[in-house]
Amino acid sequence: MSELPVLLGLLFVAVAATATVLVRDPVRQSFLLSVLGLALALLFLLLHAPDVALSQLAVGSALTPLMVLLSVRKVRRRARDERREEQA
Amino acid sequence: MNAIGENAMGVLPYAVAGWLFLMGCYGLATSRNLIHAVGCLAVCQASTYVLLLAIGYRRGGTAPVFSDVTPGSRPVVDPVVQALVLTDIVIGATVTALLLSLVIQIAKRHRTVDPDELSELRG
Amino acid sequence: MSRRVRAWVLVLGGLGFAALFAAACAGLPHFGGDLHPYGDRAVRAALLRHTANAVASVNFDQRAFDTLGEESILFGAVLGTVVLLRQTRDENRRPPAPAPVAAPVRRYARLALPVTLLIGLYIVAHGQLSPGGGFQGGVVVATALHLLYIAVDYRALERIRPVGLYEVGDAAGEAAYLLVGTGALVAGAAFLANVLPYGTFNTLSSGGTVPVLNAAIGVEVACGVVVLLARFLDQAVEIEDPPADAPEGAAK
Repeated sequence: MSELPVLLGLLFVAVAATATVLVRDPVRQSFLLSVLGLALALLFLLLHAPDVALSQLAVGSALTPLMVLLSVRKVRRRARDERREEQA
Repeated sequence: MNAIGENAMGVLPYAVAGWLFLMGCYGLATSRNLIHAVGCLAVCQASTYVLLLAIGYRRGGTAPVFSDVTPGSRPVVDPVVQALVLTDIVIGATVTALLLSLVIQIAKRHRTVDPDELSELRG
Repeated sequence: MSRRVRAWVLVLGGLGFAALFAAACAGLPHFGGDLHPYGDRAVRAALLRHTANAVASVNFDQRAFDTLGEESILFGAVLGTVVLLRQTRDENRRPPAPAPVAAPVRRYARLALPVTLLIGLYIVAHGQLSPGGGFQGGVVVATALHLLYIAVDYRALERIRPVGLYEVGDAAGEAAYLLVGTGALVAGAAFLANVLPYGTFNTLSSGGTVPVLNAAIGVEVACGVVVLLARFLDQAVEIEDPPADAPEGAAK
């Protein structure tokens, strides 16, 4: 069957997306987001869209997870500071 | 290959796109953390990419790039949907950045990123 | 809205979407079919204009006006982020202390930085020939610069990254796109029409305005992403919150 790679790519994307939604911790989610970005890039390559795959690879597997991680760090730092103040 | 498998493959990519959208919406509605909700929105966005590229796919076609393929020698997949998806991926990332900066501002003002606690604050 | 009501609304909406989407997909041409009227015409037009990469031709020639809208969204989103993440008056800035970096990491990042930068520029420049272009290459260039953060530290990154300059670059990229479009008006054609000579097929200077617009987008995206990441890094690493008893906290 010639479309087996596309089929596998689609299943990979579906599984990665489901995991991305079901994981509730934003730090773990950012890791899964980059896996999803990689899965999407692979699928786009299999669908003969190298332009889109390149775009997805740069953005989905690096830029978006990085921004999510930085936001988490900012928000958590605030929570940590507050806890320290409460203890003091 | 049998006709049933052929038919299933004919709609499976659309089904995956629909699944991504539904999962993203489920995550958005049940999220306890706004940063997590932004991640779920990214999943929703991905569903449109899969749908558009699936519509543009052509069996036996190759990429619409003619630097190493003689024009007309092989069928190519649809470049129009690819152009739409390509720009949207980069734009989507900047919009995600805008949403995340809104979340940071919310955390700054209200000291929480839980949507339920936020609506209690307002009410 | 209570949690249970929300769950019911979600279930109803989800079922409704699933039913309508399934009905719509039943009417779509089957996956992998042979009927692509727009695609066939776009490929023909791209070849007529000597652009080897049909996707770039659609983005920067046949649908260049649409791309103007897209990049305006990008510009607006970057602007909004800059405004939202600026340092407010009650926030302090504490530069992070330099941290030691493992020697292999440093070596790797030093090696990877110029290579990645070069690849990014190559991708922008060859957008009309091979897969790539301003959108992808811009992101690669911007992320390449941040290898310096991994290789050395935050201060080294800040030294090569005067954010103000990149903000100007972002605006200049957007302006260049508009000016190229207006240039077509001056030449007596429609806004953003491809007025430059098409050149020889499959050479670097082919495609008329496509490589020019690609470069403009490349500048805008690269500068925009650098500015975005700079703002996020500022917030996460440098800017500290006001103490809890600050006036702003009391006003709540």
